[in-house]
Amino acid sequence: MAVVEAVDLRRTYKTSTGLFRRRSLEVEAVRGVSFEIAEGELFGLLGPNGAGKTTTIKMLITLLIPTSGEARVLGYDVVKDAREVRKRIGYVFGGDRGLYERLPGIDNLRYFAELYGVPPREQRARIDELLELVGLKGREKEKVEGYSKGMRQRLHIARGLLHDPPVLFLDEPTIGVDPVGARELRGTIASLAQAGKTVLLTTHYMFEADALCDRIAVIAKGEIVAEGTPRDLKALVTEGTVVEIETFDAPGDAADRLRRLPGVMSVAVEDREQAQVLVVQSEATGTTTQQLLVALGDVQVGRVSAREPTLEDAYVSLVTRK
Amino acid sequence: MRQALRLLGYGWALHFKILSRSAFDGFLGVLWPLFFATIAFFMFRTGGNSSALLYTSLGASVMGVWSSTSVAASSALQRERWAGMLELLAAAPVHFSLILMPITLAMSTVGIYSMTATLLWGRLLFGIQLHVQHLLLFALAIPVAILSIGMLGFLLSVTVVRYRTAWALGNALEYPVWLVCGFLVPLSLFPGWVRPISWALAPTWGIRAIREAALGGSPLPDLLVCAAIGLGYAAAGMLLVDTVLRSARSRATLSLT
Repeated sequence: MAVVEAVDLRRTYKTSTGLFRRRSLEVEAVRGVSFEIAEGELFGLLGPNGAGKTTTIKMLITLLIPTSGEARVLGYDVVKDAREVRKRIGYVFGGDRGLYERLPGIDNLRYFAELYGVPPREQRARIDELLELVGLKGREKEKVEGYSKGMRQRLHIARGLLHDPPVLFLDEPTIGVDPVGARELRGTIASLAQAGKTVLLTTHYMFEADALCDRIAVIAKGEIVAEGTPRDLKALVTEGTVVEIETFDAPGDAADRLRRLPGVMSVAVEDREQAQVLVVQSEATGTTTQQLLVALGDVQVGRVSAREPTLEDAYVSLVTRK
Repeated sequence: MRQALRLLGYGWALHFKILSRSAFDGFLGVLWPLFFATIAFFMFRTGGNSSALLYTSLGASVMGVWSSTSVAASSALQRERWAGMLELLAAAPVHFSLILMPITLAMSTVGIYSMTATLLWGRLLFGIQLHVQHLLLFALAIPVAILSIGMLGFLLSVTVVRYRTAWALGNALEYPVWLVCGFLVPLSLFPGWVRPISWALAPTWGIRAIREAALGGSPLPDLLVCAAIGLGYAAAGMLLVDTVLRSARSRATLSLT
């Protein structure tokens, strides 16, 4: 049986604009997402900002009610059996927020231990164990406002594990953390998976998903565009080519012109100082460099180089497909 | 039941600790009731009636309790939202009223200081003597009034969960309740249509019980009505909170964006 199961999940946000003439707007953040996570699996939901990762995770942890579709965690429906789901899951999100800044780390943990019904006799031992696990032992009596981003993130993880939940939802846990801190956090996440926890991790770092996840679903514009093991995803683009074209003062439609060429899979634009680099991914038998340059017309072009596609190209290709 | 009481107690202690850790909030909390009390004392001193001054002193002391509960509880909950805590608290597997109630109760506890400080301020600077006629009932009326006002704050805070801008409601209600509940001037001075509103508000009965106990009279009926209305607020809040929380989950108002 799948531990986490999402079936055609959809979520629409309604907003309104205007003071006197109110106009309603509907934004479809998640459009029919379906996936399953098996017991003990570390599953990655990978996508750019605004792709629908956090909305999906919030529906699964019962903070948002889906507009349509169904989701179950350990067999419990996230809408009808919200409290049963909450007892069995841990939720950790990235960033600075979500902690009582004026209080020491240990007070934050004690309060959540109470909220999650950790028996009073077990609280001290459990908190000590978690402080050790996340490397905050000895710093727990300091106020959170003096913690670094990495320390806050580790405190978040300890908080999410207080009641020893079998299922963990980690929403961009390494965001804003320095490379050393992020590496340590990834080590902690890997050890949780090794301990048998079922983990759903959202991230927009391809290398992070590749290093940690058993399976990955790539989400873009609210839809899952690819799903499989990291190896499966890499295989999607290994046969193509990537051409990087350095341009100067390229008009807004330059990337679109390239996208319209046959064989072009994706075009990403990267700003590098004065230049805009167009990263064009094509099928192996697709467009030649000459055809790309012709399509650019009068655009001032600098350095042009071709290379083998990387894992990151696979991701970019998936989320920026025509 | 035991876990619920433990959670209420722990939550109250935690939120009281958060309040006590802010030097700015603490400074304002100390001075605010004294400013209001001073204005009220100057206004009523011109009449030269000593019983009117004591009447005002008691009213001003409960004004502080109401202000710290209504305004502070609404903005405290909004602070939870800004800090990203509201979602985490809503995701906990306990009844949400056990999370909200300690926040407002902690604010009401601050009101005890406000009450004591106002009475002492009146005694030291304006020579207002507090002669309590029914000491036991006076001692009972104070916690009942504070708890009932706390429960009204709890009921208000339920709306803050659902509506992102409802925290302003706490501010908006601060002064009208001072008037409508008769903290400073007798209710008999207001038009008849105001009375039913006053009767529905626990602070009206709380201040009446405190005054009757201090100045002489029969405070017990007022005390019982105050307690009953306070319990009514608690029951209404607990019943509403699930519906409100479901609506907040449906309309995505638990977070800032």
